[in-house]
Amino acid sequence: MFKGSLTSFLFIFMAFWSGVILSETEGVFDEYRELLGDDNPAIFVIYDGEEIWFAPGGPKSVSLEQCDLGLGPGIVEGAYAQLPRYFADVDRVQDIEARLEYCMVNLQGRTQDSIHARPYSLRGDLGTELEALVAWIADQSNGLDIAPRQAHAKERASYSLGETLFYYRAGPHDFSCATCHEQTGRRIRLQALPNLTTHEGAGAAFGSWPAYRISQGIVRTMGWRMRDCLRQQRMPELIMGSEASIALQTYLAVNGAGAPMAAPGLKR
Amino acid sequence: MKILIQVLAVTIFAAPVIAEEAYEVLLDSMVDKGFVTLERLKQDELQAFCSKPRSAEVNEERAAALRKAALEDVPPPADGVYLGDWQRGHTVASSGRGLQYSDDPTQANGGNCYACHQLDPEEMAYGTLGPSLTGYGARGQSKAMLDYTWTKLWNTHAYNVCSHMPRFGAAGILTEQQLQDVMAFLFDPKSPVNKSQL
Repeated sequence: MFKGSLTSFLFIFMAFWSGVILSETEGVFDEYRELLGDDNPAIFVIYDGEEIWFAPGGPKSVSLEQCDLGLGPGIVEGAYAQLPRYFADVDRVQDIEARLEYCMVNLQGRTQDSIHARPYSLRGDLGTELEALVAWIADQSNGLDIAPRQAHAKERASYSLGETLFYYRAGPHDFSCATCHEQTGRRIRLQALPNLTTHEGAGAAFGSWPAYRISQGIVRTMGWRMRDCLRQQRMPELIMGSEASIALQTYLAVNGAGAPMAAPGLKR
Repeated sequence: MKILIQVLAVTIFAAPVIAEEAYEVLLDSMVDKGFVTLERLKQDELQAFCSKPRSAEVNEERAAALRKAALEDVPPPADGVYLGDWQRGHTVASSGRGLQYSDDPTQANGGNCYACHQLDPEEMAYGTLGPSLTGYGARGQSKAMLDYTWTKLWNTHAYNVCSHMPRFGAAGILTEQQLQDVMAFLFDPKSPVNKSQL
């Protein structure tokens, strides 16, 4: 379904880059988004993700096809929109990244260390397998309502923890997530800030990740967004798939429940 | 008895995550990165008190005590001079770098004032989390104004407990010289902050 628009996308992409110098203003990014229309450079990453999912990998040379993302082994369509959720086999709540790690370790025989060595790409890198998989899996929930479960006690506990962490002030600057994301209609420099304590703000934010970051030329995941927000808060590095990362995402997903998934999105 | 059961029910089913648990989770969920260590996750009294929604009920007595403690802890500039060089202050106000693990710790920290405040009206890339400070110097350079602003920059909680602004002096983010320069950027009639007021 993307093939037809691929050529036109490449033309527009090249025309844009030859004519415009990227500045830090949001206006230029809007212009870029407008030029792209429904196209998103993330489509290349989505293709990669699909290939990786079906390709034999790891020491066991097994594909991820039997990975259960919450709707049963191998069911990818709609899976992203119901995460984070409780998984009985690990007796904990997991987001897409923790779940993929679990499948890579248990189905493919990979080590946790090998996955954590570089879960997210560095600026200017080629994307990681994890990023590509998340892009493809999220695309399979595009248009569906964000619908994380809150049925299990651990799912509700994850929300409660996420809320506490959202307001947790620490570090030399006394920052928390709430410093920037507790008010409506504010911005930092020129960047608009969503109010993540509201349904509107959290829904739009959660629904638009993973996203293709124009300024970085790469697909970024919601887990990466959490890590990078904490970096900006002057905190240490957040571990991919950690309890705090999952709890913060649960807080956002539940606040935004009912809003549509529109990922991979396209961001500055 | 009925009340006791209700209290128990609330305790068991709504069990709010206490800060101690949040701290433990953060310790397990993060790793040291360069010069930024897990030590930063530990909250001081003020941070713990302020880790709640704006809408949350405030313990006024505790707030007053924290305000008083903050105020008593603000040293005036060692040389008694409040105003430095406004041009250097402009640089401090514009720089958002410093203390992130992605920053070079050998370089000077910035104040990142523009992230949240409008200052020089010609700078369009200003944030709106804090009030506009354009024309700040029009309030004059009385001892009271200088002292108020110095205190505000040093430890904002001396006036407004749980303000979102960093404690630039008390937390050691900016040096005394940098604070004096930012003061000049705010007060000096020649500073672009005050140009349009002349």
